[in-house]
Amino acid sequence: MAVNNIWVFSQANGDEATTASLELLTKARSLGGTVTAFVAGVAGGAVAALADHGAAKVYETGDLAGALPGAAVSAAMQAVIDGGDVPDLIMFPQNYEGRDVLSRLSVKLDRTVLTNSTDITVDGDSVTVQTPIFGGSKLVNSTFTGEAPFLAAFRPKSFEAAGGAGAAGELASAPVPDLGSTGGATVTAVHVEETSGPKLDEAAVVVSGGRGLGEADKFDMVETLAKLLKGAPGASRAIVDAGWVPYSYQVGQTGKVVKPTVYIAAGISGATQHMVGMKGAKNIIAINKDKEAPIFGVADLGIVGDVHKVMPALIAALEARG
Amino acid sequence: MSLMNVIVCVKQIPDPALPGELDPSTNTLKRDGKLILDESDSYGVEMALQLVNTAGEGSVTLVSMAPNDEVSGLRTALAMGAEKAVLVSDPALAGADALTTAKVLAGAVGKAGDYDLIIAGTESSDGYTGTVPEQMAEVLGLPSVGFAKTIAVDGSTVKVDRQTEAGYDEVSCSLPAVVSVTAGVVEPRYPSFKGIMAAKSKPVETVTAADLGVESVSWAQSISSVEDAPAREAGEIIEDDGETFNKIVDFLDNLKVI
Repeated sequence: MAVNNIWVFSQANGDEATTASLELLTKARSLGGTVTAFVAGVAGGAVAALADHGAAKVYETGDLAGALPGAAVSAAMQAVIDGGDVPDLIMFPQNYEGRDVLSRLSVKLDRTVLTNSTDITVDGDSVTVQTPIFGGSKLVNSTFTGEAPFLAAFRPKSFEAAGGAGAAGELASAPVPDLGSTGGATVTAVHVEETSGPKLDEAAVVVSGGRGLGEADKFDMVETLAKLLKGAPGASRAIVDAGWVPYSYQVGQTGKVVKPTVYIAAGISGATQHMVGMKGAKNIIAINKDKEAPIFGVADLGIVGDVHKVMPALIAALEARG
Repeated sequence: MSLMNVIVCVKQIPDPALPGELDPSTNTLKRDGKLILDESDSYGVEMALQLVNTAGEGSVTLVSMAPNDEVSGLRTALAMGAEKAVLVSDPALAGADALTTAKVLAGAVGKAGDYDLIIAGTESSDGYTGTVPEQMAEVLGLPSVGFAKTIAVDGSTVKVDRQTEAGYDEVSCSLPAVVSVTAGVVEPRYPSFKGIMAAKSKPVETVTAADLGVESVSWAQSISSVEDAPAREAGEIIEDDGETFNKIVDFLDNLKVI
C-alpha cells in the first residue's frame, strides 16, 4: 500500500475556498497520488479553486442546516468510506471544525490522531508528521504505525497555497446520514466580532498586547499603534482570559497563527502558548520590562523597558512622521 | 429546584511553570514529578459547580486518568467543591494517545453514576491534542459542543455560546451532552480552608483500564525522532533609556513598513 488516496477536509465561505483548505490541498498534491477535497457544506463556486490546488474530486455534504460539523461531517465521511472510497490519509486544518470532525471520525474508524503538526512526509507506506513542542524549540517526528486511513491535523500556514494544478474537481455528493443521538446540537444564531482594518491572520504588521499592559484601557495603545502601521491588533491568551479583548484577537496555540512581516509584542512575556502562534513572523520586536522574558529569545529587536513609556513615545514619533 | 448532575473530566499535569522535559527512552513528556490540576480544567470544575448551584440540587463528579495513583490535582478540584472522583490509574496507560484516553474516560463515566452533562477543557496544557472531548462524545453516542464560552441549562437543553474564527455561535443542544469549555469561561474559585480539609476525606475510586472493559491499550503512533528546531538568530536586546523608540522607528523604516 502506498499513499495513493489523500483527502483534505475543506471549507468554503460562499464561493471562496478557505486558505487553510488550499494550503492543505497544495501539500497533499506534492505527496503524490489522488487528492480529494471533502467539503463541509456547499462547495459552490469554490470547486474551481479546490481543483486548481489539486482536488481531482470534490465531495460536498450540502447545507448542514445549522448542525455542528463534528458529528455531521464525520458521519458523511464514514458513509463514503463504507461505500468503498477508502482514503490512505485524511488531512485536517487545526481549526474548530476540522478538530471536531477529526475527533469524531477517529472513533468511528478506530484510528489514532496526530494534531498540531506543521509538516508531513510520506515514504512508501510510512507517513510521518512533525509537531513543534515546548513553544517550538523542539520538533517531534511521529509515525503512524497502524492501518490507514491515517488522520492528521495541521496548523494554519504550515504550507504555502499554490494553484496551477489543473485537477478535474469532479463534484460528488456526500450527504449527511441520520445522526441519531449524536445529532442534538444546532446553531441557532451567528455573531461576528471582526475588527476593522486588515484581518489578524493576514495582516503584514501585527501589534499584540499582553499582561504587561497592566490594565484593559491600555490596550488602546496597541490599537493605535496597529492602526498607524496599517496592521492588526492581537493579544496574548492572558488578557483574552481576563476579558480585556475578545477571543478573536488571540494569537497562539488556541488562537490564531500569524506570520506577518513585523510582529510587535508589547508587554508579552512569551509563554509557550503564545510563541507557537507568532514565532513564524519574519521580524519580531519585543518590548518588556523583564529582561529574562522568553520573548527576547526570539526577538530581532528587544527593548527592555516599560511599555507605558516606550509605546507612547513610539506612537508620537510615528504620528510626527505623518 | 431541579436535579443537575455534572461530570467533569480533569487532568493532572506537570507544573507548566517548570520547563518541560522529554523522557530520553520514550520521547514522551516526563510526568513523574509532582502533578497539579491543569488550570484549563479549573474552569470546567467551576462551571459545573455553578450549574449545579443554579439547578438547586445535584453533584459534580470528576473523572481522570493517570499512569500512577497521583491524586493531588484531584484533591484541588474536590476542594473547590466536587463531591467525588473516579481515577483510572494504570501504568499501561502511560503515553496513551487521545483515542485511548477518550475510551478510558468514557468507561470511567460509566462508574460515575447518573449525569446530565459532561464538561471537559478544550485541550490539556501539556499534550494539547485537543480531541478527547469530542472523541468521548462519539464513544458515548452523545451530542457535543466544543469551545464553549458560556453554558446555561434550560430544562433538557443546554445553551452554549461557542467560539468561532470570527466571533461566536449560539448553539442549542439536547442533554445529556459533552461540552468543552475554553479558559476564561468563568473565574475559578480558590479552594477555601474548609474545602481543602473536606477534600481529604472525599471518595476517590481508583480503577484500572481492564476494570472498565478497555482491553486494548495500544496506540498506532510512535515517535521516531526529536530534533531541535532551527533557532532564530539572536537579535539586538537593549535597555530603554527613553530614546529606544527611535530604534524601533529605524527598524520599521528599514523594512519599508513605514
